[in-house]
Amino acid sequence: MADDTDIQGIPQPEGPSDIIETDYQIGQDNITTKIGPFGLDIHNPVFVISGLVIIAFVAYALVVPAQAANFFGWLRPALTSTFDWFFLLSANIFVLFCLVLIVSPYGAVRLGGKDASPDYSYTGWFAMLFAAGMGIGLMFFGVLEPVYHMAVSEPLGVPSPIAEDGTIIEANVEAARRMGLAATSYHWALHPWAIYAVVALALALFSYNKGLPLTIRSAFYPIFGERVWGWTGHIIDTLAVFATLFGLATSLGFGAQQANAGLEYIYGVPNNVTVQVILIAAITGVALISVLRGLDGGVKVLSEINMVIALLLLLFVLFAAGAVTILGDFVAGLGAYLKEVVPLSNPFGREDTGYMQGWTAFYWAWWISWSPFVGMFIARVSRGRTVREFITCVLIIPSLVCLLWMAVFGGAAIDQVLSDPAGSAVKAQVIDSYNPPLSLFAMLESLPLAAITSTIGIVLVIVFFVTSSDSGSLVIDTITAGGKVDAPVPQRVFWCTFEGLVAVALLIGGGLGALQAMVISTGLPFTLVLLAMCWAIFKGLQAEPR
Amino acid sequence: MFKKIMTPVDLAHLKDLQRSLKCSADLAKLYGAEVVFVGVTTPTPSSLAHTPEEYAKKLDAFAEEQAGALGIKASAQMVIGHDPTTDVDDALLRATRDTGADLVVMASHMPNVLDYIWPSNGGKIAEHAKCSVLVVRGT
Repeated sequence: MADDTDIQGIPQPEGPSDIIETDYQIGQDNITTKIGPFGLDIHNPVFVISGLVIIAFVAYALVVPAQAANFFGWLRPALTSTFDWFFLLSANIFVLFCLVLIVSPYGAVRLGGKDASPDYSYTGWFAMLFAAGMGIGLMFFGVLEPVYHMAVSEPLGVPSPIAEDGTIIEANVEAARRMGLAATSYHWALHPWAIYAVVALALALFSYNKGLPLTIRSAFYPIFGERVWGWTGHIIDTLAVFATLFGLATSLGFGAQQANAGLEYIYGVPNNVTVQVILIAAITGVALISVLRGLDGGVKVLSEINMVIALLLLLFVLFAAGAVTILGDFVAGLGAYLKEVVPLSNPFGREDTGYMQGWTAFYWAWWISWSPFVGMFIARVSRGRTVREFITCVLIIPSLVCLLWMAVFGGAAIDQVLSDPAGSAVKAQVIDSYNPPLSLFAMLESLPLAAITSTIGIVLVIVFFVTSSDSGSLVIDTITAGGKVDAPVPQRVFWCTFEGLVAVALLIGGGLGALQAMVISTGLPFTLVLLAMCWAIFKGLQAEPR
Repeated sequence: MFKKIMTPVDLAHLKDLQRSLKCSADLAKLYGAEVVFVGVTTPTPSSLAHTPEEYAKKLDAFAEEQAGALGIKASAQMVIGHDPTTDVDDALLRATRDTGADLVVMASHMPNVLDYIWPSNGGKIAEHAKCSVLVVRGT
């Protein structure tokens, strides 16, 4: 019989990848115990601290809501207006870093070692990374943003084609239409995906090729060395859990409000907290089934279903609103994006601060605060790809899909606004009054079969939340189990439920807005984290056999 | 009566598997059967190994050592599961087909109330496998 300690030790690795030598053993700090029939395998102290800190913050937002709202209401604009240049500059660095990796010889490094083969097909992989990372935003902003940038925010000083009295100023139409699409695409194409790609690549590289546990702290090994297994690492991981859970919980709360607004607009369902709590419970319930069925049986299946429904909706809008005009918009939008992306991403000396600080800096902070979660999820499902394949698939292809989506939904909406400004529901909901949750439904209203497509729209909003919620629960569970991906089932049930409860508590007590501001505030420290990750990736790739 | 006995092992919890290991070895000797030790691992680093390749080596070493110590013919097969928390049963069921085993000998925990919601691995394999399954209780 083998000696147990012998089997547990990590021997000298062989094979064509550069494993980092460390005495740390995955799960060494974990507490393995049983509470009643529930088995537990949790990291000490990351699990306990993140749980307690989350409860403390929710309590703060609920007990002194006015003070919390004041503080965070001040914090968010203060950060985005003071550090706008820093966010823009950093995002540009991430894009350049990724593009350089594609063409550099390091692109040939394979994640998981030289002989690894991909675990997932391109479609399954793509569906999962897309559904986790962005799906919901496309539903929310697909109509809102292009119309808003065309008519209201005036990026780079391009004037609005809509006069004060609601008439169209013909001379401004063409330039504004181009800019509406370009300025939206800028927020959804290369930059956000570069942010996700950096985090995902760092985690995949240090986990699959270097043999370190799949948690955020592993990417910091080249910087902190053995200290990442101590408090330095505990803090990094706790911050990641914190950003992920609050990001998900606040989105879940806002998502329930959106879905409720849509249901009210179409079916006259009452818009109140009870309906929203029921929606959160339903979303959490489906997410729970999904995490219980696991990565392949739940998350992947739902993501693929989601992709199919989204594709159908996209095709419907494309043909219902006039494929020729819209494909023209796509080509024009792509051209405009490529031409304007440089001035739009210029961090210094800008006059259009409303657009730059109110939208761009806000988006960058938001994407960055979501990056630990989305990045870790992408990392988990991307073993076996080369760095070049990886970045192409995480950066270029999602960017093109987002450009197409924005051209179709935004193009159709802009068309409606410009062709009939007085009767356009989109103009009423976006330009005249500002009702973001209704913008999508307002656009669908003017197309045929509005009752059916709007219902599909609501279903998509809900399922996209489920796919973010289930993958988020898997990520939090892995981090709080010290990088173990096979922790007992009750733990992921706990996180999934906890997320729903936090959302319900904040919905009833108020404070969703305050915590969203809090999530965005974590974007600033995480920007530094990401910059450090670029350096870590570079060091890590240098040591890999190609 | 049996030619190939499949015994799932979790290298991290060998202490809990003593009875099932002994049982499969005894049966193998009785019928002159070969034992295939099947281990499920993740593509991500685990407490046991940095990579699946490393895990496979450990599993091979374990099978060799068992063969030497107990005087049986033994081999090892590694199965990769993306999410073993939920798909270890499916991975093991695949392995019963791939190895061509005609008997599975595996350990199971004591049943408790949670088994009504999440059936135990042993229970699920006994239900779905085409071959005979012996579930060994106790440690």
